[in-house]
Amino acid sequence: MRRRREVAIIGIGQTRVGEHWDKSIKQLAAEAILAALKDAKIDRVDTLYVGNALSGELAFQEHLGAAIADFAGLRPIEALKVEAAGASGAAALRLGYLAVAGGLADFVLVCGVEKVTDSPAEKVISALSLSIDGEYEREMGLSFVALNALIMRRYMHEFGYELKDFANFSVNAHKNAVNNPHAMFRNPITEKAFVEARMVVEPINLLDSSPVADGAAALVLCPMDMARDFSARPVRIASSVVATDTLALHDRKDPLFLEAAYLSAKRAYEIAGIKPEDIDLFELNDSFTIMAALSLEAAGFAEKGKGVKLAMDGEIAIDGRIPISTMGGLKARGNPLGATGVYQVAEAVLQLRYEAGPNQVKDAHWALVQSIGGTGGTAVTHILEGPD
Amino acid sequence: MSLPAVWRTRKQRYALMGEICKKCGVKIFPPRDVCPECSKPAQTPYSFSGKGVVYSFATVYQAPEEFEEYAPYTVAIVKLEEGPMVTAQLTDVDPEEVKIGMPVEMVTRKLYEEGKGGVIHYGYKFRPCIE
Ligand SMILES: [Zn+2]
Repeated sequence: MRRRREVAIIGIGQTRVGEHWDKSIKQLAAEAILAALKDAKIDRVDTLYVGNALSGELAFQEHLGAAIADFAGLRPIEALKVEAAGASGAAALRLGYLAVAGGLADFVLVCGVEKVTDSPAEKVISALSLSIDGEYEREMGLSFVALNALIMRRYMHEFGYELKDFANFSVNAHKNAVNNPHAMFRNPITEKAFVEARMVVEPINLLDSSPVADGAAALVLCPMDMARDFSARPVRIASSVVATDTLALHDRKDPLFLEAAYLSAKRAYEIAGIKPEDIDLFELNDSFTIMAALSLEAAGFAEKGKGVKLAMDGEIAIDGRIPISTMGGLKARGNPLGATGVYQVAEAVLQLRYEAGPNQVKDAHWALVQSIGGTGGTAVTHILEGPD
Repeated sequence: MSLPAVWRTRKQRYALMGEICKKCGVKIFPPRDVCPECSKPAQTPYSFSGKGVVYSFATVYQAPEEFEEYAPYTVAIVKLEEGPMVTAQLTDVDPEEVKIGMPVEMVTRKLYEEGKGGVIHYGYKFRPCIE
């Protein structure tokens, strides 16, 4: 293979996740983009990749590449939208990485954006399920949540867990979000509240699920050898890997194993030349607590059936063995679908630049960031290395 | 789902018609034209018996728009006796009585109606086996 260039993240920008009735999808994206450009101390880039999952369905705007480049004052640069359900933002970063690593662009903006509150809640719920199989899952009355509930029930059955055993994933996420100014829910919750929350699709309840909301985040990439001119603490993208699995859950040999997540993490470790025990923090997909448990297992932090145990033992806290959702995760920062993958990376960058405030993971050097589309059909894994 | 899509999938929906791979013998449902095991074309029709066991189940309280009037209802992944798994609703059973491992069989039922007086979508559901 031809030599590739090392790629750095030199700027990040985030809007607060929430219900932004007063802002359009273009305004949200521009806000994040301008913040990222300011952080990188540059005003022009060569290319823009926009990660978005459902703008046509929920924000009534497609052709997002041009729409956002135009609105953010970047015209006439190359600008394209990338879609991979909940992994759209991470997929956009993957394309940005390819462009810079391959030597075809020097400065690339990656923006993840989602605008859901232009549509009524029922429509948002239905649209979320567009990422699952239309003919054999959705048509039978299944939703995205229902599929996660099927995974969770089987997991509880096979490994002998109860609902309360999953509580600490949500309790930990809410605790961490208290100190994140960009988070949607900055209130702590208790195990009692978790267990008593209203059922959505039993066994998944309201406090088990991540809230879908509006938001935008952006990153600026450039070759590592130029990065020091712009950032005192550039973060290196040590690996970037995408893998896919069956779209429908019933087509998997083992629905309790996230094969794409496993394969992409395995390859990412190999490329970065490190092992799971070297990772200082893991920004994972906690759209539902069961996904957090399966992600911990797929990425090598727990044996099969033991992911929940890590949460029960408190090992997922900021000072635990493997801190997760360090700025609130999808659960409490909020889940702006196509923007989520970019938020995850921006938060990992804050940790690696030692800018995470009270949530700082001590001596954070290696961060694993993984985004999942649908119930695991797409998995995008990035390993980031801090300076020094 | 659109009417052409309903028409295209009628054999699957009403008769659990899948495929068998000539090359490696694996039985496939839903049909996918390319064998998931050996990646060879697999287009020989194969009709499943409709018998299986519950692999997992969940009770839907917050339903998708088209299914709202039927909530709460129980959905499941059923492991068919020929091997593949299929996703469907359970019917003719109290949600409290559903257990993982429970033997079930396929029946044809109404899935949902497209609005008031709209087209009715039929398809498979599974009910406890009547011995
Ligand atoms: Zn075959």
